[in-house]
Amino acid sequence: MSDTLWSERQKSTWRTKVGLAEMLKGGVIMDVTTAEQAKIAADAGAQAVMALERVPADIRAQGGVARMSDPEMIQQIQESVSIPVMAKCRIGHFVEAQILEALGVDFIDESEVLTPADQSYHVDKHGFNVPFVCGCRDLGEALRRIGEGAAMIRTKGEAGTGDIVEAVRHIRTVTDEMRRLQGLKPEQLMGAAKDLGAPYDLVVEVARTGKLPVPNFSAGGVATPADAALMMQLGAEAVFVGSGIFKSDDPAPRARAIVDAVANYENPAKLAEISRGLGQPMSGIAVGAMPENEKIAVRGW
Amino acid sequence: MKTVGVISFQGDFDKHIERSRALGLHAVPVRDAEAAAQVDAIIIPGGESTTIGKLLERFDMIDLIRRRIGDGLPVLATCAGAILLADEISGSDQPRIGGLHISVRRNAYGRQIESFEADVIVGDSDWPGWQESNVLGVFIRAPIIDSVSDEVKVILEFEGKPVLVRQGAILAATFHPELTADTRVHEYFFHAVAGFPAQ
Repeated sequence: MSDTLWSERQKSTWRTKVGLAEMLKGGVIMDVTTAEQAKIAADAGAQAVMALERVPADIRAQGGVARMSDPEMIQQIQESVSIPVMAKCRIGHFVEAQILEALGVDFIDESEVLTPADQSYHVDKHGFNVPFVCGCRDLGEALRRIGEGAAMIRTKGEAGTGDIVEAVRHIRTVTDEMRRLQGLKPEQLMGAAKDLGAPYDLVVEVARTGKLPVPNFSAGGVATPADAALMMQLGAEAVFVGSGIFKSDDPAPRARAIVDAVANYENPAKLAEISRGLGQPMSGIAVGAMPENEKIAVRGW
Repeated sequence: MKTVGVISFQGDFDKHIERSRALGLHAVPVRDAEAAAQVDAIIIPGGESTTIGKLLERFDMIDLIRRRIGDGLPVLATCAGAILLADEISGSDQPRIGGLHISVRRNAYGRQIESFEADVIVGDSDWPGWQESNVLGVFIRAPIIDSVSDEVKVILEFEGKPVLVRQGAILAATFHPELTADTRVHEYFFHAVAGFPAQ
């Protein structure tokens, strides 16, 4: 036996939190609302599922306040699959986060898809044992969330639309801003930190390494295998798919095709094979025709 | 120069590629049978074992890898990789490579909040590298090896359970040596197990 007690062991460190995010690279995390959907996702090869009551497209359509899901529903999904289960809390709603941690979810998404609970502050994520993922539209937002303790970043895209345009914009913005930092001289980095609204130490780290200190995934608008491969080729390290699967005509083959596309994102011949005969994707909403006040990516401070 | 192929569908394959290159090997991502047929050693990374197993099956790699390992191809497997090599996975009929005579239990320490770091203990190995300092194990939703057959050597252990085991040219860890700066598990694999010359 070990010479230390269980309770004396160093647990849930930054390394184990970011480590789980590392294990989730190269795969697909799917939104599911029932145990049956969770099983379809796991059978398709999803590496994790996001348990929530309504997919973003339905949150959009139905309106009202979107909150953390019912713990009973989250537990049913936890019991139905062996892969990691994630769940969403509202921005700044640290008590929802405490409840999700008590349920033993594997990752918490402090998500703009739900109605924000705090107009100024996000959750202090360092205080939790469970790792967090947060959305971003640009590098400053990503580094603020990492500074608060997020162990994974996802670009936001525009959830529930099936339109990839915002996801592309956000990942290109983050990548361009990182590249720009790499070209700056040391004396310029404090000014850059001020302009980005980002912690100085993290700005210095990105300027040196050219990448975020935690894995960078993509979300918001993925509806086809080609969309998923596009985000991977643009530098995303894994893909979240929300409404794109279970709002399509035939979810199981589409789920599997998106998994296969992420695993083979640089191989056009395989992508062509994978994309065949999947039926209609979700019909979607073009973001360009959407009123500003209906966009949810702007939530986050 | 020897080429090591890292199965790169899903999981922390980049960390293994980086580590192998840092140790002077030619490391390549492997995503099809053609690439898997050409490498001198293979690494199966951490990640989600059900996802990796399904993709190996879908892209017709599982039989080839099983055959090559049977023919003596050196293989390093971490966490999910160790699960995929296990002959027995408690309560699961997921696609697997098999061939390593152990029985494993997935997520045996619990959910992510039970993930931890701890020093592990040297078992049945006189490799001098282990004596330099303690080996820190990073265990993430880790499996537990419940039993091993006689031909399996327990190289490192934790709380009486094997965490690094060797069977011929197969080396399998339940923790993630690729996530710490300590390069000894990879060095042990390349030099003591695979017999590649030191760079």
